[in-house]
Amino acid sequence: MSAHLDDYRQIVGSQVIDELRMLADRVRHRRLQHINSTSVGGGVAEILTRMIPLLHDLGIDTTWDVIKGNPAFFGVTKAFHNALHGGEETITEAMFEVFRDTTAMNVAELDTYGDVIVVHDPQPAGLIVRKGEVGGRWIWRCHIDVSTPDPRVWGFLQDYVAQYDASIFSMPDFAQQLAIPQYLVPPSIDPLADKNRELPDDEIRSVVERYGLDPDRPILTQISRFDRLKDPLGVMKAYRMVRRRHDCQLLLAGGGASDDPEGAEVLREVREAAGDDPDIHVLELPPFSDLAINALVRGSTIVIQKSLKEGFGLTVTEALWKKKPVIGGAVGGIRLQLLNGVTGFLVHSPEGAANRVVELLGNPELRNAMGTAGHEHVKDNFLTTRHIRDYLLLMLAMDHDDTDLSVLTGRAST
Amino acid sequence: MTNQAFIFDTELRLVVLTGTRVRSLRALRAELPTVPDSSIFFHTHQAYLGHNVQRSAPYGDFTRWVSEALREEALAEKLAAIDLLACTTIQELRHSVIDTVDAYLDEPDRPDYECRSEEAFHFCRSRGFVLPTGMVADDVDDFFRKAASISHASLYFHFFEARQQLGRRTTDFSGWLSDRGRPDLAAAIDALNPYVRTLDELRRDLVDVGART
Repeated sequence: MSAHLDDYRQIVGSQVIDELRMLADRVRHRRLQHINSTSVGGGVAEILTRMIPLLHDLGIDTTWDVIKGNPAFFGVTKAFHNALHGGEETITEAMFEVFRDTTAMNVAELDTYGDVIVVHDPQPAGLIVRKGEVGGRWIWRCHIDVSTPDPRVWGFLQDYVAQYDASIFSMPDFAQQLAIPQYLVPPSIDPLADKNRELPDDEIRSVVERYGLDPDRPILTQISRFDRLKDPLGVMKAYRMVRRRHDCQLLLAGGGASDDPEGAEVLREVREAAGDDPDIHVLELPPFSDLAINALVRGSTIVIQKSLKEGFGLTVTEALWKKKPVIGGAVGGIRLQLLNGVTGFLVHSPEGAANRVVELLGNPELRNAMGTAGHEHVKDNFLTTRHIRDYLLLMLAMDHDDTDLSVLTGRAST
Repeated sequence: MTNQAFIFDTELRLVVLTGTRVRSLRALRAELPTVPDSSIFFHTHQAYLGHNVQRSAPYGDFTRWVSEALREEALAEKLAAIDLLACTTIQELRHSVIDTVDAYLDEPDRPDYECRSEEAFHFCRSRGFVLPTGMVADDVDDFFRKAASISHASLYFHFFEARQQLGRRTTDFSGWLSDRGRPDLAAAIDALNPYVRTLDELRRDLVDVGART
């Protein structure tokens, strides 16, 4: 069920909601159109599904359209995606042709009518060719890391991107040199979604027990898909070092191994490394396990995200929101979220992680203080409400010259 | 003395990448004189708005980067020690940062260490929009009553942003209180050090000043 903006009032405070309404008053005359490549599955669709009803609640005429494409097109865009991420892909001229043909079909069929049109990721980027005909302000919202791309694919995409009025990136590290303005809009989590909402203690306990863990003993948890870059074996090494001094259990839980050959292999390695230790719990969670993940994180003592490479790291955001002390690899967006020693600890090795776990297990006051600080940090910076504010500000920005400070008080500066 | 009401404004901002990234102290130093004013302000102040949590020491983005990416702790301490309250213009602030870095680089045997690519410093700037909140205080009592419920963004604007970005030499609050014939309250607000408080604490401090009336 869709949440209403006022449902967030008790979470973020009335002032934040009032500021959103005040901002919406300034841009309500503009229509906002989002365009992406899928209506279900994936982070972008998830964010838009939660955000658009809230924009409607603010009185913003917002629509969401999805481009069409056949499997060949999405095969090409998947290869482009990997190549933009710096992966090795064989890219052929025929693939560019498929992209151009599908773009031309969508240009002909998809109605672009927004005053501000936000185009998400590379798949629909070619729609920009309509700009001259339909007008409006066009923004390319890049959710992926294009900092070290395959030059051929980036060169192809850049021809489209350069025609936009502005771009948005999630983190500075993801961006590219562009002549158009590059705004920074980090992703967000929804505090009212099943994955994040408050749960009663007995429900948390019951889920923890259902998965075979003892809720009365410390639990160290890493939630992430089974991927070597998430370093699950490093987490296990840290756990074994901690066990010399502290009683605790380890939970490694994630999904996606069933349809990902590499994930299945990593899962096998992790299970093999776990051996017959009854306190190591390796769970492959099915899709739509949001409530279970929520309960497992809330039932944990410490959350670990010991990634070796990471995007923004929303699992860290989710754990911080649940007031958990987090130990994270000093990479990607984890560095933005863990203010070292304040909202969590940044580490570079299994040994570093083990040291911090020992420190936290022996110091409940520190765990509480970090949990509280992490929750506040997410509340101020990484919730849906901040994400909506950024979109409203972008709409406002499109109406004004690009100056550092626009005073819109309607009176002379005092 | 004036009878003018106090109008509570707020400032909401977007962060913009300037496209300039550096990986060494000397490269940072080379960019400092030319990056936009709002970039200097952003990197010395955004933590006070974005990190509304208890801090062990004053810090900004330059300090944090120098410490975490370059491991130059002595310089990080010196940058953290810049008296932000004493800088009432962006130019003063820019020169303070440059002078601190220069003094450090002038010392013998300073390595020109280059951090890992993923730890590069990205110069950003903010693009702010000042808007009225709709809250207006008609007199001094009303001001302190309403100040208790202003947002972080509004508090930040009147305390930090208006002072330097708009070149006002005092906080908006103290300026107005002086004009209303209450220099004692203005002085009490000017005596607050916003750089060592969270915004929640600062708002409480502000309200406490009013409670003394």
